[in-house]
Order: sequence, then C-alpha cells, then structure tokens
Amino acid sequence: MDLKEKLVSSFLAFENKGGLDLDSNVHSIRSKAILNFEKEGFPTKKDEEWKYTSLNSLLKNDYSLFPKTKKAVEFKNVKEYSINEIESYTLVFIDGVFSSFLSDTTHDDCDVCVLSSALTRPKYKMVVDNYFNTIAKNNNSLTELNTAFSVEGAFINIPKNTIVPKPIQILNFSTGSEKEVMLQPRNLVVVGENSHVQIIERHQNLSKNAVLTNAVTEIFVHKRAIVDYYKIQNDTENSSLIDSTFVSQKQQSVASVHTYSFGGKLTRNNLEFYQEGEHINSHLNGISILNKKQHVDNHTLVNHKYPNCESHELYKGIYADKSTGVFNGKVIVQQAAQKTNAFQQNNNILIDDGASINSKPQLEIFADDVKCSHGCTIGQLDESALFYMQSRGIPKKEAKALLLFAFGNDVVEKIKIPQLKTRITKLIAKNLGVNLGFEF
Amino acid sequence: MNKFTEDDLKKELETKEYEYGFYTEIEADKFPIGLNEEVVIAISKKKKEPEWMTLWRLEAFKVWKEMKEPDWANVKYEKPKFQDISYYSAPVQKPKLDSLDQVDPELLKTFDKLGISIDEQKRLSNVAVDIVIDSVSVATTFKKTLNEKGIIFMPISEAIQEHPELVRKYLGTIVPTSDNFYAALNSAVFSDGSFCYIPKGVTCPMELSTYFRINEGGTGQFERTLVVADEGSFVSYLEGCTAPARDENQLHAAVVELIALDDAEIKYSTVQNWFPGDKEGRGGVYNFVTKRGLCEKNAKISWTQVETGSAVTWKYPSCVLKGDNSVGEFYSIAVTNNFQQADTGTKMIHLGNNTKSTIISKGISAGHSQNSYRGLVQIGARAKNARNFSQCDSLLMGDLCGAHTFPYIEVKNKTAQVEHEATTSKIGEDQLFYCNQRGIDTEKAIALIVNGFSKEVLNKLPMEFAVEAQKLLEISLEGSVG
Repeated sequence: MDLKEKLVSSFLAFENKGGLDLDSNVHSIRSKAILNFEKEGFPTKKDEEWKYTSLNSLLKNDYSLFPKTKKAVEFKNVKEYSINEIESYTLVFIDGVFSSFLSDTTHDDCDVCVLSSALTRPKYKMVVDNYFNTIAKNNNSLTELNTAFSVEGAFINIPKNTIVPKPIQILNFSTGSEKEVMLQPRNLVVVGENSHVQIIERHQNLSKNAVLTNAVTEIFVHKRAIVDYYKIQNDTENSSLIDSTFVSQKQQSVASVHTYSFGGKLTRNNLEFYQEGEHINSHLNGISILNKKQHVDNHTLVNHKYPNCESHELYKGIYADKSTGVFNGKVIVQQAAQKTNAFQQNNNILIDDGASINSKPQLEIFADDVKCSHGCTIGQLDESALFYMQSRGIPKKEAKALLLFAFGNDVVEKIKIPQLKTRITKLIAKNLGVNLGFEF
Repeated sequence: MNKFTEDDLKKELETKEYEYGFYTEIEADKFPIGLNEEVVIAISKKKKEPEWMTLWRLEAFKVWKEMKEPDWANVKYEKPKFQDISYYSAPVQKPKLDSLDQVDPELLKTFDKLGISIDEQKRLSNVAVDIVIDSVSVATTFKKTLNEKGIIFMPISEAIQEHPELVRKYLGTIVPTSDNFYAALNSAVFSDGSFCYIPKGVTCPMELSTYFRINEGGTGQFERTLVVADEGSFVSYLEGCTAPARDENQLHAAVVELIALDDAEIKYSTVQNWFPGDKEGRGGVYNFVTKRGLCEKNAKISWTQVETGSAVTWKYPSCVLKGDNSVGEFYSIAVTNNFQQADTGTKMIHLGNNTKSTIISKGISAGHSQNSYRGLVQIGARAKNARNFSQCDSLLMGDLCGAHTFPYIEVKNKTAQVEHEATTSKIGEDQLFYCNQRGIDTEKAIALIVNGFSKEVLNKLPMEFAVEAQKLLEISLEGSVG
C-alpha cells in the first residue's frame, strides 16, 4: 500500500481514535482537507513548483503515522538543542506528543500552549474559528494533508499591546521509537495589535531512524505588531522536513522569518507572506550550508496587495560535496499595490564539483509605480583573496571558512537575539569544519 | 503648445492604429483548409521535394499528432483551430528574376508602402534582400556578388533541390522535429524560408536580409530558416516582419536554426512587427517561434531582436554552447501595448569549457498588455569556467499593464559564475522633473528616457537595420521615441 492510500485510509481511524469532536467546525475542515489531498495526491516533478525537488525517495518508506511506543526523553538528552542560555517559554513535543514535563507554558499575559487544547476548549473557539486554516487552506496537497491530521502543535495567542518578555521556543523531537515515522505538527500563532514576540522553532531527530515531518505554521500579525520567527534546521541525515509557513500581515506590521538550513536529508521550505494592509514590512532571510547529499529547497512567495508596502528577501547558499540547492522566490505586486518596494536577492557559492544549484527568482508585477528588483549570483571563492590570506599565514582551510563566513554574515547579522546569534555562528563554524576563533 | 503628459501618451498609444495595416490583392494559389497526411504530402509535392524530405515531413507530422499544445507560458489566447487553417498559399506568379523590373508591380507597391524600396536598398545600403511574400520568395538580389564568394543564399525550397547534401546534413539537427508542438507542426508543413551557407573562412560582405509578411487572410505562415556558417566564417543576418491588418487571428510558427561551426560567427537580428490587434485586442498575429543556434569551438552566436508586434508572442531564441570558448549573446527589446501579450526570453545552455553568455532584455509594457521575460541559464556539470551575465529591465507605462520575470538558473559546476539581475520601474517623476527643469518638454523627456532605456539593445543592431527598428518602435510607442 503506498503512502497516499495509507494516509487516506487511516483518516477515519485517526478521527475516531483521537476522541475528536466530530460535530465541530474543525472536523469539517479536516474532512474537506483529506478529500482535497486524496484528489491531488503528493506533488511530482511535473508540478512547476516541484520541478527541482523529488519526493519519491521519501514516499516509498512505510511510515508509522501514529507511533505507539513511547520513549522517555530526559532533559539532559535534549538540552543542547534548546537555546538554554536565555530565559524562554518552551513547548516541547516528543514524537508529536506534547511533553509538559520538558515544557514551560504560560497563560498569564499571553497564551503559549498547545493546539490540542485550543481546538477543544470553548474559551478559544473564537480564535480557532477566526484563524485556524484560513490562510493555509486550498494551498497545496501537502498542506491539506497536514490540515487533515492536524491535532497537535504550538498555539501562541498574544493579546493586544503585549510585549512577550522572553522568546518562545518550539522544539519538536523524534525519538526513533519506530523505524520510520511521519509527523505532522501544526502551529497557530496570533499576534494582537502593537504586540511583539520572538519565536524559535526547531525539528530534531534524536535517533538514526527515518523521520518525515510535514509541518504547517500559520502566523497572523495584526496592526503595528512585530514578529520575529527563527527556524533552525540542523537535523540528521535520515530526517526530512517539509515546512510550510504562512504569514498574514495587517497594516504597519513588521514580520521577519529567518531560515537556517544546515542539515537534513531533504528540506523543503514553503514560506508565504500575504500583505493585508498598507505600510507593511516583510523580511525573509535564509542561509543554507549543505554538504554530503543534502537537499534544500526554499520556496518563497510575497504577495503585495496594498500600496506603500515593502518586502526584503535575502537568501544565501553554500553547497559542498554532492548537495543540491533550490531557490524559488516569487514576488507578486497586485495592481492596487502602488509604491511597493520589493527587493529580492539570492547568492550562492558552489564548493565542490558534485554540488548544484537551481535558482528561479521570479517577479510578477501588475502595478506601475513600484521599485522592484531581484538579483541572483552563483560563483565561487575569490582565489586572490584566498591567496592573500594564505600569504599572511592563515591556513587554506581557515581562510576558506573565513571567506564563507563573511559571505553569509549579513544574514546572520539580522538575528536580534544575541545568544541565538552566537549559536548560529557556532553552527556555521562547525559546518565549515573550523574554529573561527571569535564569537559574536 | 499643450503640455504632453504621460496620460496623453497613453491615450495616443491606445488610439494608435496599425499604420502598416493594408492588404495587397494578389491572386493566391491556396490549399483548402485542414491538415492531414495528404496535405503534408501535397505541400511536399508542390515544392517538388525529394523523397527523404517528404518522409521527414511525415515523420514530423506523426510526432505532432501525438503532441499537446503547450500551455505553460504566461499568455492567454484562444487556441488556434489547426483544422481551420490553410497550410499553403503562394502568389500565383512565381517569377525567377534578375532585376526588379520583372516583379509584379502590385508587389512593388506593397514594399513601397512598407517603406522598403528594394532599389534603394540595393544601391544605398548594400543589402541583399530575399523577399518572402506569403511563403514563396519572389525576388532575390545580389545573388551574383554572393555567388562569387561561394555563399549560398536562397529560398530553402530551392536549396533542398540544389544543395540537398547540405540541407539534409543540418536540417533539424538543432531543432529536432520532436522538439516542441509548434516546431513539429512547422517541420511537417513549412512552405518556404531561407537557407544560407557561408563557406570556410569567408566573411559575408553584406548584411543578408529577408522580409517576411503574412498576406493572405486566414493562412498560417510556417517559415523555416537554416543558416550554416562553416569554419572561420562570419555572417550578419537580418529578418524583419510586417503584416497587414486582419480581423481573424493568424498563426505564425516559424523555426530558425543557426549552426556556427568552429571559429564562425553568426549575428542574427530580428525586427518583428506583426499586426498586434487593434486597441480592443481583436485580431492580431499569434507568433510562436522556435529559434535556436549551435556553437561549436570558439564560435559565436548573437541574437538581437526588437519585438513590437503580434497579439501573442511566444519566443525564446536560444544558444547551445557546445564547443569550448564559444559565446552566446541575446539582446532584446520587447514592446507591448493595448492587449498584446509577450512571453519571450532566451535559453543559454553551457556545455563546453570557458563558454560565455550575455543576456540583456528590455521590456516596455503599456496599455493592458502583459510582458514576460522567461529565460534559462544552464551550466552543465562538465562546463568549466562558464560565465553568464543576465540583465532584464522592465518599464511600465500605466497601471493596467504587467511585467513579469521568470528566470531559471541551473548550475551544476562549481567554477561557473552566473549573475542575474532584474529591475522593474516606471519613468520616474524625478527624471521627468529634471528634464523639464532644464527646458526639455515632457514629450521629449519621455522619448529621451525610453530611448536611453533601450539604447543598449538598439546599439547592437546593424546600422542599416537600426533605422528601421527605430521606426517600428515609433509606431508602437509614438510620442515617446524621438
């Protein structure tokens, strides 16, 4: 039985077994979603959006959809994966199940809790009805699949005029309790007017077993709110991640999503921004440093619908060994979106012969009074700069790493949490196989 | 004098009718509508083609029948009904002439209206013109001069008979019959076109030029051009198009193949001004063209195009840089107005070492038009030190038009250096203000800015052609180009 059949046929069991409310609004959303998924199936290379990324190697595994055996995870096992130098709210999910023991939630000024309780408690009915699956719906079959099985994930609800005092970390661990596991976390983030929040998200496989994560995050940013969202992707070679993040912004809000891809067998990031007001600022930053046979596919979309908005997109990639990278950036400027400033840049360095990059920076512009540009470069390290450093006693390996680090630095510079910046810097150094000898 | 504002310009652009819209009455020898194997064979017979050619066409037809019309391009149009088209139409008179005196005066008048005086061109611009009216060449000039150099420049139908070995060797090598839907259709039914062969080490002493026109209402035109530049040779080839105004949509599906052998250079320039439809978007030509060139060692192919016409354009002149050190270039201006749609760009396929390519694409959209750039830069795994630079700029006039860029960049070699940049903007208020401030009125200022915007590409056109290109740009954007 192939994966699609398995997923479709286990849907009923999933709804019944979970003790889910079958009368609720969410139930009808799920049922519609599974029908859509059944109709469309998994994307293939024939789809323009999946031209450079094939899921075939992932779909032939016989994934366990609802891992039964539980493995205890102790704090010391996962400590290194959280940014523990700072105080933070933490939401930890082990094999898709919330671990209250490892987490630190709150309901004081804002709600940092789990989606399962939000979906069932009457208190949150309004929020769920207004936001859940509103931007993610009818997008693509993988998102539909996630919606169909959406039961658990982070639920973050920030009321008006609230500055969340510490960052929120969302950590998803898989323990490898079964040989092949498929996880489908679903996050919902609602940020009220004038509020500010910083979120760090990470998916981590603690074993050598295969994991396929199909995650969906919906983020709603209200008037004048500020959201910084950081995604750290440094998983094992058997872990694959399909991450879809949808951001809907109201006027004068500022939203930034930073994606750091350092590892994983296959990583696909769908990142979509919808601007629903004037004077909005959207930032998309990303850095990918890959080696071996890793594959990262960054698909971004910025949809400008209203005048006087801006979007800034900067993606950098360093590809070694036989790794492959894909960048597909789409900027749409609708007819009403006059005075839009949209900038997009994608720079790549290929280190080894087996590495390759496919880049497709795309502009679709229907308004005339706009400033839009995109740039894309693919190149290699400057030999003369390398020689200069070597002639001054810096070994080649370090010289190379320094240059690569400098190449990616302007993306790292955009991190607003100092401890996170240090962590990312260390990860980059580790990935490049050197000790940089300095920290931020 | 009233101040000429951008709004005035827009109005003028919208109301501007197709200036070259006229229709020459020449009795045409025309096939009944429809397409089947018999029609393909009949076309082949009509052209007195050898058997291999007939088989080649039938093969292409077989492939075509299996294919589906592509719909991935960013254009919307009513699909042509391929069974409602007559696949062959030729002027009844088929003179083989040495001088213009023997040409049908009706035809000569047509050229006069187009502003192409063959006499003039013969004397002044030193251009040999192989004029194609509705698929059949009726006048070839300068043949003698070319003959002395050993250059073959003739309609492809004659070339198939006179130089079958050359045509057979190269035809369909770079655009195979199965390449795409329209290339297959063209291979099956092409009626005529040009063939050009430059022998080893010869520099063609003049610009070779062909004027294509669609004349008979309701006939599709399927041109086939094959240019072969043998080792160390050079040729500059010009192609220009104008078509009379017709109400129904006309299909134009040409194939152009360029082959540059070692150290050869081909410069291929196009000015395209097919009927774009009226200001409501009625009528107009569908222009679905496959153009591709192959570069062997140290060879160079340069495409320059000025696109002002056609209701729908779907065209990607490409270079396959097979040989080491080969160079591919693409310079394009695409102007769309009213309801025109253009999806054009280029493909640069780098296979050899040290290959270089440059892409400069300028899009100007006005009215309700949609203008897309779609390009591919592909660096193969074995292509060391490949270099590409791409730049596509779009200028928008009015808020109802659209400009789109779809660049595909695929790199499989670490020594490659690829740069792509694109910008979209309108004519800046501050730029206009600056000009006004210095006593340049708005009309002239717009002209200045548009001219400057397209200069990089216009400069690449051969002298003789640049004048005509300017003229055609004027028709599309009159009031803005000085």
